[in-house]
Amino acid sequence: MAEAMQSINLQAGVPISWYLVLSAVLFSLGVAGFLFRKSIITVFMCIELMLNAVNLSFVAFANQHKQVSGHIFTFFVMVVAAAEAAVGLAIILTVFKNRETLNIDEINSLKN
Amino acid sequence: MDFLFFFLFAFIAVACAVSVVVQKHPIASALSLVGVMASIAVLYLQLGAEFLAMAQIIVYAGAVMVLFIFVIMLLNAGAESRSGRSYAAQLMGPPLLVALMASLGFAIMRGFPGGGTVKFDSFQGGTAQNIGYALFTDYLLPFEVTSVLILVAILGAIVLARKEMD
Amino acid sequence: MQNLWLIPALPFLGFLINGILGKKLPKMVINAVAVGSVVLSFLLVLNIWSSGGDLAANPIHQHYFTWIQSGEINIGWDYAVDKLTLIMLMVVTGIGSLIHVYATGYMAHEEGYYRFFAYLNLFMFFMLNLVLGGNYLLLFVGWEGVGLCSYLLIGFYFVKKSASTAGNKAFIVNRIGDFGFSLAMFLIVVNFGTLDFTKVFAAAPGKSTETLTAIALLLLLGATGKSAQIPLYVWLPDAMEGPTPVSALIHAATMVTAGVYMCTRSAVIFTHAPIAMDTVAIVGLATAVFAATIGLTQYDIKKVFAYSTVSQLGYMFLGVGVGAFSAGVWHLVTHAFFKALLFLGAGSVIHACHHEQDMRHMGGLRKYTPVTMAVLACASLAIAGVPGTSGFFSKDAILTAAYGHAPWMFWVGVVTAGMTAFYVWRAFWMTFWGEYRGHGHPHESPWSMLAPLVVLAFLSIAGGFLFNVPKILEGMFPAAEEVPGESMLMGISIAAGLAGIAISYYMYVVNPKLPQRISDGLGGIYRLVYDKYRIDELYDATVVNPVITGSRSLLWKVMDQGVIDGAVNGVGSEAQLAGGWLKMLQSGNIRSYATWVVLGAVCLLILIGVAEGVTR
Repeated sequence: MAEAMQSINLQAGVPISWYLVLSAVLFSLGVAGFLFRKSIITVFMCIELMLNAVNLSFVAFANQHKQVSGHIFTFFVMVVAAAEAAVGLAIILTVFKNRETLNIDEINSLKN
Repeated sequence: MDFLFFFLFAFIAVACAVSVVVQKHPIASALSLVGVMASIAVLYLQLGAEFLAMAQIIVYAGAVMVLFIFVIMLLNAGAESRSGRSYAAQLMGPPLLVALMASLGFAIMRGFPGGGTVKFDSFQGGTAQNIGYALFTDYLLPFEVTSVLILVAILGAIVLARKEMD
Repeated sequence: MQNLWLIPALPFLGFLINGILGKKLPKMVINAVAVGSVVLSFLLVLNIWSSGGDLAANPIHQHYFTWIQSGEINIGWDYAVDKLTLIMLMVVTGIGSLIHVYATGYMAHEEGYYRFFAYLNLFMFFMLNLVLGGNYLLLFVGWEGVGLCSYLLIGFYFVKKSASTAGNKAFIVNRIGDFGFSLAMFLIVVNFGTLDFTKVFAAAPGKSTETLTAIALLLLLGATGKSAQIPLYVWLPDAMEGPTPVSALIHAATMVTAGVYMCTRSAVIFTHAPIAMDTVAIVGLATAVFAATIGLTQYDIKKVFAYSTVSQLGYMFLGVGVGAFSAGVWHLVTHAFFKALLFLGAGSVIHACHHEQDMRHMGGLRKYTPVTMAVLACASLAIAGVPGTSGFFSKDAILTAAYGHAPWMFWVGVVTAGMTAFYVWRAFWMTFWGEYRGHGHPHESPWSMLAPLVVLAFLSIAGGFLFNVPKILEGMFPAAEEVPGESMLMGISIAAGLAGIAISYYMYVVNPKLPQRISDGLGGIYRLVYDKYRIDELYDATVVNPVITGSRSLLWKVMDQGVIDGAVNGVGSEAQLAGGWLKMLQSGNIRSYATWVVLGAVCLLILIGVAEGVTR
């Protein structure tokens, strides 16, 4: 890795793969939040984080290929994320009204 | 210059993302998430996606996060409670995360050894004009379908939220 | 600049309004929406007709958006109007409007009034799509859509078993044809790389004859399904289970002519594939004769006209097959006039006789329903090809072209023309002459039903002068060769038609005992024809029953119960065992589930990495 850093020409610009690594790191942090957090709202925010990470790699690829399609995909992801946020938060509201809790471990009606 | 820019905002993004995960209070997480989104928007600018950068700020950092904070305040959500646990997540979570990062990194390094580089102005196809043109020619049908999706989402949200209000 | 999209969009809007809100709307509103939308489309078409400019030199072509883009293939939502399309548009919207008006009277007391008009408007939308489409795929969308509406409308009285069965039959038989059409489209994509009409037809002359023949034959298979030709005609007579306006609009005037339209549209492909052309002509001719003989013996007034439709469609295919495309289209137009009129008139008769369809229980109706009789007489004159009527011109054009192609085709066509005149006038005499043999008291229909009939009667008589299709389409298709002795051929076909009328008059008015004696004398042959050559039974024995028995004994008993059920049960008991300890995973805890998802993702990533390592 060290030699790789040396061989990069500082004038040429940021390598595309660094954006992808950043995207991977953000995605993994999102996954971590999803696995370890208990508040359903935080978990939901971590999903948004993962979506953002994926969007970043879409835009990076768009830059790599010099095509606008990646931007369009990101645009659609944003739209879907907005729709998802609206419905998801409505579901959270409903769950809270019915169960009086936001702890994801106590919402376990998938069993039985 | 480009490097400085990238490192600065990549650092902010990662730091805020860590903060999203470790903060105990949902409000703090939400504000950190706004930071992540804003710095990603700046990176979009660097990547030549000016329209998306604005959309990111307005839609994500603006609308969606306000919705989140609104719900947090509405439900008066405090720090999370300690009850309940998931053995699977606790035992397998950390090694799995390491494996995920490692395999993703491996795939990226393997797949893009000499990929292109990014500088300001190296790509100018992301203006509102370009996006609009693509949306209303090649992607017209998906675009229209998306509007239906949003309509359905609005209706769904109304139905879900209204049911227990009365 | 005309907005072509408005033409199909208006009926679609009508469909949405009536389909979604119709249950709560009063009948007046339903009528206004259903009829109004179609009439508005018709006015738009008239506007193009009057102000479209020189369509032959520069046809209208409008691109709305890209529908499918995949690699080389780029399929747009394009509407195109040239003269052929314009003629079809006139027929579809014009006759469609008339039939919508008629239906408001005919269906007035039926259940599901709004449903009927919603379907009818949906049909108009798809039919206009079919006609306007600027590429094969868009045509296919309309093609499938009208099939769907046909299915829905045949089975409109779905509580009646025979109606829903007939709907199913129409749908399934059409699938065979659509299969051919799909294959033809695949072949076109493979060979031409596009489905746009203009590009395909521009490139067609450069392709090999074999390819074009294969495409043309597959297109023909599609056309035989939709346009009820041998061997796939069997669905059309059964389709008469639907309400009569449906029979008139879909199964006489518009949808069934889609096959003719499609073949004419693909004229470039067909003219470069002589074998396919001959096949078209022979299929058309065979269907014409075959269906006409069945028509001679039927007693159900709608069945008579149904077989007549099959037979006349055969004529159109004959015209297309011998290279007289414009004559085929001409017959399509005039046939739409007089056959729609025949069906609507039959509907009026059925209405008058309290839903009696058997002609043996009619008779003497000229006293009770004079207007219906008069208009039906016009239609019958037209279909018999009496000089001056619309049917005369188009039929003569086809027969003359057939003579130029092969004289024997002309003679078979003339015999068919005689039979056509005979069975239509037989129906006429049996219905309106003699004594009333039915029950109840027959009554004339309301004016909302009669007014469209009168308009159509006028068109049936004068349509040949008003719409001189070969003149309009001049230059679109290769000109038919001059045939010597044309006036003599004309004389022969006129004579055949008049002879048919005369014989039917003698047999059913002058000497009504004669038909019984003839049918007794013919015995077995008569029974065979009366039973429609038992083609349905033949198909049942050769195709349907083997499929059913095969499905039952092999697929169900052996495969399904033995192999699949055995396997499933075996797997099931194994799964229960495995599930016994796997259910430990099902903790109901979302975070645990997420962990398993991540585990799967990591495994996949590693697998992909390993696979790439192997291939490198």
